[in-house]
Amino acid sequence: MEKVQLLKGNEALAEAAVRAGCRYYFGYPITPQNEIPAYMSKRLPEVGGVFIQAESETASINMVYGACSCGARAMTSSSSPGISLMQEGLSYLAGADLPAVVINVMRGGPGLGNISPSQADYLQSVKGGGHGDYNLIVLAPYSVQEIVDLTIKCFDLAFKYRNPVMLIADGMLGQMSEPVVLPKMIDVKDDLDWVVGNGNHAIIHSLYLNPEDMLEIHNAKLQKKYEAIKNECIEFEKYLCDDATSIFVSYGTPARVCKAAIDELREKGIKVGLFRPISLWPFPEKELNELASQVANHSGKVIVVEMAKNQLEQDVKLAVNGKCEIVALNKLGGAIFNETEIIDFVLKDRK
Amino acid sequence: MLSKIILAGFGGQGIIVAGKLLASAAMKLGKNVTHFPSYGAEMRGGTCNCSVVISDKQISSPIINEPDVAIVLNKPSKDKYEPKCKTNGMLILNKSLIKDETKRTDLKVGYIDASEIAERIGNSKVANMVILGAFAKITSLVNINSLIDSLKDVFPTMPDKLLDLNIKALQEGFNLAYVI
Amino acid sequence: MTQKTLYSKPKSLTDKVMHYCPGCSHSVVHKLLAEIIDEFDIQKDAIFIAPVGCAVLLYDYIDCDTVEASHGRAAAVATGIKRVKPNKQVISYQGDGDLLAIGMGETLHAANRGENITVVFINNAIYGMTGGQMAPTTLVGQKTATTAAGRKPSNEGYPIGACELINTLQAPYFIERCKVNDSKSIIKTKNILKKALKYQMEDKGYSFVEILSNCPTNWGLSPKDSNKWIEDIMQKNFPIGNFRDNGKEA
Ligand SMILES: Cc1ncc(C[n+]2csc(CCOP(=O)(O)OP(=O)(O)O)c2C)c(N)n1
Ligand code: SF4
Ligand SMILES: [Mg+2]
Repeated sequence: MEKVQLLKGNEALAEAAVRAGCRYYFGYPITPQNEIPAYMSKRLPEVGGVFIQAESETASINMVYGACSCGARAMTSSSSPGISLMQEGLSYLAGADLPAVVINVMRGGPGLGNISPSQADYLQSVKGGGHGDYNLIVLAPYSVQEIVDLTIKCFDLAFKYRNPVMLIADGMLGQMSEPVVLPKMIDVKDDLDWVVGNGNHAIIHSLYLNPEDMLEIHNAKLQKKYEAIKNECIEFEKYLCDDATSIFVSYGTPARVCKAAIDELREKGIKVGLFRPISLWPFPEKELNELASQVANHSGKVIVVEMAKNQLEQDVKLAVNGKCEIVALNKLGGAIFNETEIIDFVLKDRK
Repeated sequence: MLSKIILAGFGGQGIIVAGKLLASAAMKLGKNVTHFPSYGAEMRGGTCNCSVVISDKQISSPIINEPDVAIVLNKPSKDKYEPKCKTNGMLILNKSLIKDETKRTDLKVGYIDASEIAERIGNSKVANMVILGAFAKITSLVNINSLIDSLKDVFPTMPDKLLDLNIKALQEGFNLAYVI
Repeated sequence: MTQKTLYSKPKSLTDKVMHYCPGCSHSVVHKLLAEIIDEFDIQKDAIFIAPVGCAVLLYDYIDCDTVEASHGRAAAVATGIKRVKPNKQVISYQGDGDLLAIGMGETLHAANRGENITVVFINNAIYGMTGGQMAPTTLVGQKTATTAAGRKPSNEGYPIGACELINTLQAPYFIERCKVNDSKSIIKTKNILKKALKYQMEDKGYSFVEILSNCPTNWGLSPKDSNKWIEDIMQKNFPIGNFRDNGKEA
């Protein structure tokens, strides 16, 4: 075991990627994730890797596309406006079955918004923000330690399924430091037969001109892969849900605040719990639906807490499927929830 | 136990690293900690702050609205954080740069001539360490040894001579702090 | 005794305290532009494009109509505005990251169309806003947040000369590089900006003014030393002078 270190989210993420075998980083500066490229620019040359500061996010994602075509463990990171520019590239990566890892340390929008924490890119991430029928695997950490663990998982899943994987974290998680334990350097041996560079006439593409016998089949194959991912990659945490009469649903930083609110509410005798999706796509629909039945039995509610408007809530509605009442608490400007706000919301709502 | 501490001062006074050292020291004592700096455009205009939360339990949010302790190295920071401190909270002042009285009567106030002491022992830049030493003395939230032990983690490449100066600064702050 | 006003703040400059770091060239250039707007009396006719960079809040200081563009797209936004409002003076104000990295495509194509706009290019050899990363104009060997050991041509290539590049195109009407690191050059730069804007008012076409600027904060230098650095080092890499002036009397 390595020792406990105090690390900033962005730096912990970068080091975790290196330990997961990432040797190629392409990115463009943007707050609040600038520590990732800054770290990679020093670290990657030490391990024989390559860092390039691209001329734009459009270039970054396409450099990743190129590196992934060679089977390399490559990544990029950005924040909301930059991720918008990558949407075309993400669609091409998905269409070509490429194992890219993309990090979005989310900030306020729309447009230039601000550089404060936000979760307003939820739908863009989980519904496939570019064109076409595709899905990214989307993971959402809520602590610096989880950033480390999930970054490593991103690379594993990307290569297991040959699919782009995105990790989304609100800016708070990128900027804060917490104690973490880093894993040892993983010795990666990807033996891939589909990559370019071996002279086997490998073709990386997403063009399938014939509707019936080509694109239809390709998309069916993609959908089959997505079904497998849905069956195998669901991740979530339940906190004090067993006896709960109402349930918070929240991810990222707001989920931490929900936990603190739960502890206080329980001291007042109010039995609430937290359901925290960790895989946002695939969404833990079945598990939440089961909890909704429990909540309905107590005439309780599902309370969505997000730094966005009606984004996570849409997936919660689909999962709950009318079984119980859903209410939402939102923050839209970059401020972080505090426990008191959440507690007051619950107390007022009970009246 | 949950302690919310804000450190604030001019950019260049080493506020962010001082916060990091404090968080590291508390971590060494087995506590949960978070450290959160001001970032981006917030830092333009020359002021700078960071929030350190120390707790026995998991920490929900690294953001501090009402600090239990505000460690302030310059006057604009005192003006900003004195009103925000929790009722019966604490203010630790760099007396070298802050001459005016505190207005609130409920606060416990700790003093240290951080900038002067730093200059006297060799470098005005270690005023941040002097005031951290004072913090350790006044609050006992971390002990001086855990701060000293953490120096190497926070400044892995610092030459020994500078490390010694930082240790001296922490000790002087610890020895010379006083509360009225 | 009667008192005479010898100097007053330009009318087109607001009273708002600028957020720029002490000694930053952005504030100097803002003031020059406000003076020129006053002198041409076009406060109601000028439309600025604010870039994404430290000058994003330009509209807080220069009291004219302003459109905020997304990062790098200012020249395209300026094109849209100018084509709808051909009689207005459209000024695109951009940093090196904005104009030469992410916005390279828009920059060159607007120049190549000879859009009748004025582009003011603040070259401070760094990304100021995001905390000092390498810019396309960062000098070889210059240390930045993403080139800790200095810019290395083997990995990062060489600094791009914007005037030199634009000068390869046929359509631009006026191209000049200047600086604002001492009072003499400030006055000179004001005249150059004035000329560029005059050409736009005369429908002559595209004018491009590059201004060698400082970023004391991210260069880690005092304002004074940063101005000296422009004089001693930066200028050698980016020679100042006129590259093209199609309106010059023969
Ligand atoms: C699409 C996108 N990518 C990145 C950013 C982050 N960003 C803001 S300003 C900037 C660069 C600023 O540098 P420059 O254009 O040289 O202006 P300066 O601040 O130096 O004046 C960047 C990369 C952004 N806002 N949008
Ligand atoms: S960071 Fe640099 S460019 Fe930006 S305001 Fe400060 S000195 Fe000027
Ligand atoms: Mg710049």
